[in-house]
Amino acid sequence: MNLITQIKYLLKKEILLEWRSKYALNGILLYVVSTVFVCYLSFRVVPPLVWNALFWIILLFAAINAIAKSFMQESKGRLLYYYQIASPQAIIIAKIIYNILLMILMATIALVFYSVVFKNNIGDVWLYYLAVLIGAISFSTVFTMISAIASKANNNGTLMAILSFPVIIPLLMLIIKLSKNAMDGLDRSVSLNEIGVLCAINAIVIVISLLLFPYLWRD
Amino acid sequence: MMYKSWWKILASVLVLYTVVGGLLIKVPALPILHESIRTVYFHVPMWIGMFIAYLVSVIYSVKYLKSNNINHDLMAIEAVNTGLVFALVGFASGMTWANFTWGDYWPNDPKLNSSAIATLIYLAYVVLRGSLEEEQKRAKISAVYNIFAFPIMVVLIFILPRLTDSLHPGNGGNPAFGTYDLDSNMKLVLYPAMIGWALISTWLMTIRYRIRILENKNNQIN
Repeated sequence: MNLITQIKYLLKKEILLEWRSKYALNGILLYVVSTVFVCYLSFRVVPPLVWNALFWIILLFAAINAIAKSFMQESKGRLLYYYQIASPQAIIIAKIIYNILLMILMATIALVFYSVVFKNNIGDVWLYYLAVLIGAISFSTVFTMISAIASKANNNGTLMAILSFPVIIPLLMLIIKLSKNAMDGLDRSVSLNEIGVLCAINAIVIVISLLLFPYLWRD
Repeated sequence: MMYKSWWKILASVLVLYTVVGGLLIKVPALPILHESIRTVYFHVPMWIGMFIAYLVSVIYSVKYLKSNNINHDLMAIEAVNTGLVFALVGFASGMTWANFTWGDYWPNDPKLNSSAIATLIYLAYVVLRGSLEEEQKRAKISAVYNIFAFPIMVVLIFILPRLTDSLHPGNGGNPAFGTYDLDSNMKLVLYPAMIGWALISTWLMTIRYRIRILENKNNQIN
């Protein structure tokens, strides 16, 4: 099997497994919805700056919880089976794509629910949605590799947070700036710089993941 | 080459020269900065030393993944330890200086925040190592994390501060050092200081590395 076919099969398997149990999906959606609701009940009304930051913090924690599972749920026997049929690149790419899909779905629902509960004016809705999409992709690419590392180190939840926070902060700072530009309704050309840097970092992260994962996956 | 002593003598001479020269050679009288500008001789070289240590560490992590030689892993962790010491001294000198010139130990400045996060990344690296027992596995997984985090650290320290406004020179439209407030007298001290502290950083790493190798030998059962 070549790489593309392998990725297609692995991706199909991930989605099928998720669809059968719907455990992660429902769990994460409920997590997001209840966090938004907790925030709503404690804040009631928030100024725009806090609105933006709060949304990203909710999404950050939801993403960590969602993606930390991506390697933990694999049993030892199933991993052994993968070693024989698939290349490491196919596995990590399939995981990244699956996580991107999951995060985009989750972020979209979170955004809709969040803006229904918290009233707030977004100047440029489509640019804001673009920021959310880029944010979802960035979280997925970075956290997938970190969760692979953390899963080798005793599946420790604390470790996942410690390892991923410092790495995601630079991306998060750029994303918050981009979404703030969108909220203020600034001209789109102002944000091109941030979008460019974010895409570049994501490309670097994916390339490094592809290079490093083969060393990581075999014990 | 690393076991020759000429570069260690050079490092000591350069650092001694910058300590004496840094305190005695005339500096330009600038408003707000005044004599505190001398801190630059000790503050900037710390970050150079830190960056060299992290660079050495990532190079040895790559080497480890290629060779599976446990000594390369020891070099990587000792380089990170050295880098962390340099970062702490860099923070201490920078915060003292900031208090006198910018009026606050921790002004909201992207360079400060970036270097704090970079330090967090490497502290996380140390914690990750602590969580793994088996030697080869620890070496492999921490090498992977080290290489993964390095480009993000570079983005953090060299690219992000340039996108926003900063109190530091050379960022966010502020003119860089050397364009107006660094006269030729100061360059005479600053550049040797950078080279000297970079060599001291390398020296510290190699000493720690050799101690680690000896400890490893001691712990082995013959």
